[in-house]
Amino acid sequence: MSAQPLHFVSPAQFRGRVSEALADDGLRDNFRSAMNFLRDKRASQFPDPVETEALRDLGEAVRKHALAHLPALLEKLEANLQARGVEVHWADTPDEACALIHRIATEAGAQRVIKGKSMVSEEVELNHYLEARGIDCLESDMGEYIVQLAGERPSHIVMPAIHKTKQDIARLFEQKIPGAGYTEDVDALIHTGRQVLRERFMQADIGISGVNFAIAETGTLWLVENEGNGRLSTTVPDIHIAMMGIEKVVDTLEHALPLASLLPRSATGQAATTYFNLITGPRRPGDQDGPRRMHLVLLDNGRSQAYADAQLRATLQCIRCGACMNHCPVYARVGGHAYGTTYPGPIGQILSPHLLGLEASRDLPTASSLCGACAEVCPVRIPIPSLLMRLRTEANRAPGARTAQPLAGQGASFSLGQKLVWRFWSGIYARTGPYRLLRWAATRLRRWAPRRQMGWTQHRTPLVPAARSLHDLMKARRMAVSDRDVKKM
Amino acid sequence: MHAARPPRPDQVYLFGTCLIDLFVPEAGLDAVRLLEREGLTVHYPQAQSCCGQPAWTSGNPDEARRVAAAQIALFDQPWPIVVPSGSCAGMMRHHWPALFDDEPALQARARDVAGRVHELAGFLVEVLAVDYSGAGGEPVTVGLHTSCSARREMGTRVHGVQLLSALPGVTLDTHASESECCGFGGVFSLKHADISGAIVRDKVASLSAVCERFVTADCGCMLNITHAAEHQGRPLRGEHIATFLRRRLEGEA
Repeated sequence: MSAQPLHFVSPAQFRGRVSEALADDGLRDNFRSAMNFLRDKRASQFPDPVETEALRDLGEAVRKHALAHLPALLEKLEANLQARGVEVHWADTPDEACALIHRIATEAGAQRVIKGKSMVSEEVELNHYLEARGIDCLESDMGEYIVQLAGERPSHIVMPAIHKTKQDIARLFEQKIPGAGYTEDVDALIHTGRQVLRERFMQADIGISGVNFAIAETGTLWLVENEGNGRLSTTVPDIHIAMMGIEKVVDTLEHALPLASLLPRSATGQAATTYFNLITGPRRPGDQDGPRRMHLVLLDNGRSQAYADAQLRATLQCIRCGACMNHCPVYARVGGHAYGTTYPGPIGQILSPHLLGLEASRDLPTASSLCGACAEVCPVRIPIPSLLMRLRTEANRAPGARTAQPLAGQGASFSLGQKLVWRFWSGIYARTGPYRLLRWAATRLRRWAPRRQMGWTQHRTPLVPAARSLHDLMKARRMAVSDRDVKKM
Repeated sequence: MHAARPPRPDQVYLFGTCLIDLFVPEAGLDAVRLLEREGLTVHYPQAQSCCGQPAWTSGNPDEARRVAAAQIALFDQPWPIVVPSGSCAGMMRHHWPALFDDEPALQARARDVAGRVHELAGFLVEVLAVDYSGAGGEPVTVGLHTSCSARREMGTRVHGVQLLSALPGVTLDTHASESECCGFGGVFSLKHADISGAIVRDKVASLSAVCERFVTADCGCMLNITHAAEHQGRPLRGEHIATFLRRRLEGEA
């Protein structure tokens, strides 16, 4: 697949990118083997189905509890963070979030930003915003760094550069990093990247990070990572800005524990991540290190639309482990870039319509066979297939249809033609006479079955009805039986 | 999985499903023969058509409801309803009641019907405890494909494996990525034909690597895989589990 431009990729070109991705055998092989690897790793972390299901129940309950009390928990979080010296900011839109951070940077006279991994910062396209205003942003997660160097976007929420081979990365480093020679030795490649990053941590004025769980009761931000870059980003620079979606809050530290176990096991197949950081406020008097000022930016960006709907609220249970995409037959074929969204794969298909509206994301809810592999591995039991069907229903609504809480872009997939097809279909299948006529026509006229049957025959031979329907066969059988009974008499 | 075996009925309904009705009727007939072999009387309401799943999964619940309502009226006797398709059985058992959230009277009927729905393979194993040790036929190696909704909503894979491995002379071979979707997904195969095509291509390849014949309890997947194989010129044949079982019981290859 050609390199994706870094900014403003639209999910509206989903179909075009899918064709491109499917034509790229190398890309498909990369994803296939990476997904198989991740599936096996995850499976090895959940050997005991009883423990697994009990933990998933607990994870689901914790997330449901948090969402049921979301406004109160967010206020509690804000109060407890403020009590510990953290400045809390609220943003409705990506632009608001970017502008807030830009203002913090400007007021501090900051020129250089180092970033730990944050999908919310990808969602608001923060790098682009700050760079356009003369502030240098560098990703410090190795995968994010590679993707940034290549001018691309992450193709996976946990492993941003999963679409790249070591050869791709070797070429990229050779081209982009002064003094780096071509090597396919993975350790050497990582060493090269780290050398670049190490210096930049020291020079940065601001460190930006994401948040995995925000603990309302203690005002603690819980951050998991494997490279230590998260810890450096949040402790070395004078200012730390954390970013999170409003759904990431949980009530107590105890509530975060099952999630902290489910997340790495589901995501990377690790019992625990190499680092986990519990950040409760900036440097205190007497502390040797840590940022002097700390901010948290809470982003809505459409999440409250999902929150407002009893069924769709389950979307916000997500803890961003990526297991759904690792197990998705569609994601494994088309890769993360095809979706054109910050969050690809099944979770992206149910979340993006709230972030971007159904108009822009109309192809996403239908791009699933509803196989259910995602829901089966989801650590917090999000019923993804049901939510996809619900979004299909909302996208199909007739213009002007009255609903209690219309979704942004509701009715985006409505077409009178399709509606009439389904009306016609139900008119046949709900009534005996028309369905009898259909059976008669299909079986008797089978030799005239069309050679081209919409999408079906692009990859398959045409379907041809049988000479007699099961209805016919059963009727004939019953008559044969009653004939025999008559003869016996 | 049932804790205790449900009482053995002497009469059952067969819900043939729309795909079997028009495209693979012999599978429906073989399901009837398997049930009759166990001494059951099989009733086939002639007014039946489809479970409504195509409309339901494509986001047209009104049309699904209309079709489902017409089916629910057909099963007034308290007999089990046997369905030779896991995804249709899943639709009837798990989703029919939810279709009628706003119509309590119909919902009560839908619940009653849903509670009596059994997928064929599950019914043979769990309720009838069939004994197929006397089956014959030439030694054969087959693959087994289980539809995703059958696997996840009805537990069909377990029953399929149990039935096939009890047959003398039949070797069951597991293919790579066995639990992965075949790419059918109903309307998905038409709406996102290229993605669906890519998924089924891999399924055909992994099945072909281990067998020339595969067995499945779902006609949607079967048609998807066999017609894709034919399109690619691969000699892979698919058979509904009812047909395969019936033929082995009659000593055919």
